[in-house]
Amino acid sequence: MNAPRKQIILGAYLGGVNHHTAWWHPEAGSQIDFSTFEHTARTAERGKFDFFFLAEGLALRERAGQVFDQDIVGRPDTLPVLASLAAVTTHLGLAGTINATFNEPYELARQFATLDHLSGGRTAWNVVTSFDAFTGQNFRRGGFLDRSKRYERAAEMIDALRTLWDSWDDDDLVVDQATGRYLGRADAGSFSVRGGQFDIHGRFTVPRSPQGRPVILQAGVSPEGRDFAARSADAIFSPYGKLPAAAEFYRDVKARAARAGRNPDDLKILPSASFVLGDTEAEAQERYQEVRGQQITGQTAQILLEQVWNRDLSGYDPDGPLPDVDPDPDAPPIIQGRAFVHQDRFATVARWREIAEAKKLSLRELVIDQFERGPFVGTPAQVAEKIDDFVQNDGSDGLIIGSHLVPWGLDEFVDQVVPLLQERGSLRADYTGSTLRDNLGLPPLPRRCERRTEGAGAVV
Amino acid sequence: MASEPLHLAVALDGAGWHPAAWREPGSRPRELLTPRYWTELARTAEAGLLDLVTIEDSLGLQSHSPFQPDDRVDEVRGRLDALLIASFLAPLTSRVGLVPTVTTTHTEPFHVSKAVATLDHNSHGRAGWQVKVSGRAEEAAHVGRREITRASAEELTSARLPSALAALFDEAADVVQVVRRLWDSWEDDAEIRDVVTRRFIDRAKVHHVDFEGRFFSVRGPSITPRPPQGQPVVAALAHRREPYELAARGADLVFVTPTEQRDAAALLADVEQAAADVGRTGEPLHVYADLVVVLDTATEPGAARLRRLDDIAGVPYTSDTTVFTGSAAELADLVAAWQAIGYRGVRLRPAVLPEDLDRIVADVVPELQRRGLFRTAYEATSLRGLLGLPTPVPNRYAVGATGLKGRSR
Repeated sequence: MNAPRKQIILGAYLGGVNHHTAWWHPEAGSQIDFSTFEHTARTAERGKFDFFFLAEGLALRERAGQVFDQDIVGRPDTLPVLASLAAVTTHLGLAGTINATFNEPYELARQFATLDHLSGGRTAWNVVTSFDAFTGQNFRRGGFLDRSKRYERAAEMIDALRTLWDSWDDDDLVVDQATGRYLGRADAGSFSVRGGQFDIHGRFTVPRSPQGRPVILQAGVSPEGRDFAARSADAIFSPYGKLPAAAEFYRDVKARAARAGRNPDDLKILPSASFVLGDTEAEAQERYQEVRGQQITGQTAQILLEQVWNRDLSGYDPDGPLPDVDPDPDAPPIIQGRAFVHQDRFATVARWREIAEAKKLSLRELVIDQFERGPFVGTPAQVAEKIDDFVQNDGSDGLIIGSHLVPWGLDEFVDQVVPLLQERGSLRADYTGSTLRDNLGLPPLPRRCERRTEGAGAVV
Repeated sequence: MASEPLHLAVALDGAGWHPAAWREPGSRPRELLTPRYWTELARTAEAGLLDLVTIEDSLGLQSHSPFQPDDRVDEVRGRLDALLIASFLAPLTSRVGLVPTVTTTHTEPFHVSKAVATLDHNSHGRAGWQVKVSGRAEEAAHVGRREITRASAEELTSARLPSALAALFDEAADVVQVVRRLWDSWEDDAEIRDVVTRRFIDRAKVHHVDFEGRFFSVRGPSITPRPPQGQPVVAALAHRREPYELAARGADLVFVTPTEQRDAAALLADVEQAAADVGRTGEPLHVYADLVVVLDTATEPGAARLRRLDDIAGVPYTSDTTVFTGSAAELADLVAAWQAIGYRGVRLRPAVLPEDLDRIVADVVPELQRRGLFRTAYEATSLRGLLGLPTPVPNRYAVGATGLKGRSR
């Protein structure tokens, strides 16, 4: 190769509240006990992963007004788990999804800054917003965010947090025991943020953290979402795990970053991916088919389609044809508490009917076909090659890897695939930096920050 | 051992409770934001078999005055989020209780509930929560969703707080109530993993809490299964009627502050009166006396240390509670006397960290052990167990359960 090999960024996610995670497996562990998180994080660190990633829950999912009981239900709180993990890891980044809608900047800024101090600069925040009144019922704030305001909320939240994180300079803590000077200036931590979402001022409680600003992760697919992420994120969760769609997304988002005045290399693109290994390709395929069949039971298939039809489909035979009724977009949502937005249910159903017709698929087979995440399947050597090719061909800058088997599944990847990626020269043999920002190859922040008094409101 | 074992808590805050603590040669003021500092403090407390450590916090920068901000540059300013410090300490300790301060006034009860529940999961049943009401105008401005007017000193010391401030305590009582309901919103055996029917939970054992109060409503259930203790320990610091009543309505422990004006015996009567006024039934509030301690060291008496600290600060130290100076034996005398009149324990506020914590563990604990007043080994694995609170705690939503006595409304 002429160009130097790209170093693959690796994140590890823990399978949770979805139908992919094989809780029915005899070896499946607790989804709650800290030992599960500790094992996964230590395994990821053994494999020199860049970070461990934890999603968030704010309401239990419901179907037709009843708590959902088919998949995994329940999880611990994101930030306390990451703080506990900081105590049992030394290099691994700690990334968490936290909702910008149901949190306030002051509290969130101090939580992430605290985590950054406790972890020695290994923190990342995955910014999401939600706007559903269902989730809002769990919060005193209620479901107050209009959907059209979600990017305003996210942008102002990020800007507010950066203002708060920047409110202390590196040299504000003088701490001179001899002279009795603790602070270098009397207004250390002063901030003011005014915008459509926030009007706050005062003094921040957490002095500047090792990274200065924790790493910002986002997901964005729509043009608006891509632009937003290209302007404000350090890394983007891409939904595209296959070439050529992935490379198209990659080119597009990097170009948007360049147009926003950024070095495209400073914005990392990371799809999530799972894997199934075998001693032979045939064995791997067999394992994959088995797992997939267990993930999509007839009932799971009905429920996944109910999100689109917005109707009770429990009366339709999973091994029969797709439901012959139309979606019911005007009915109250049958599935609540799951991020699933349909611009046009009718178009989706029409497309699925065509696919089912053409491929002769039953309801359940259609779901298996359409809800496919496209894991990397094969021998360790094949999987290492596929992953490396995907990244070197600009499908992404790395992957966020998870297994359907919690918490043991990642071990297989670390033991068998990671050494091959290292042999290929695409994965470092050891950590190169002390902070997550360093390990990701993100540019260092200026040591002395430019303090802004009017923070939010610029990016809407 | 005496009929009722004595309990020892330590309140951790920055470089210690004296404003000049950070100037002491043995203090480590440059490490206050580091994981190592907090790890060593917690491990010292655990080596001393202490029941729990509390970790101070607020949604505003420290200030010299308890009522308003300042712009001083000669005292410790800046701190970390207490709940996350406690979460960090959970895997690094195994027996000591971890009780962070979390403000109720500007935070989401749903977040508080799952955060403390997760601390309890990660520590295998050692979590607590020190409930804190924020009546400070500048903290309200930090959050920005409501205004709180700065109260005058007269208002704050009158027999009854102004209604706007009193309402913050009513709101806090509702927060405690809804957090406790969310902890119970999953029954202990709700997760069934029934492979045959492909049901992960028995949804009849996961409950909406449907809390609707004067200040907010929360539907539930929690996203986090019931914590190992069922109900983690709820504590509150209280100096007057409204917080006593808050504690009596929802807390397990109350930290009170004996002074010359209002002594330890009088405070016990105040707490008892508050419990009667709010109709608390079931397990009585466990009352702990707060005490700032400046202990004798091998080379310097506590009183001399305090004088030296005061000289550095330029003014004599004043506290909301008694400031003790003296030997471990003298402290043991005082604590034993308080225990004899009905205190379950004391929460010691080290004037200087780590010095006074080290003295507590090396001198005070052995002295109390010699007198048969304090444990010689941890006798329980959960914080509730250590503190002598009832275990297991019935779940208010379980069929046939009587629920938590004194908590239904």
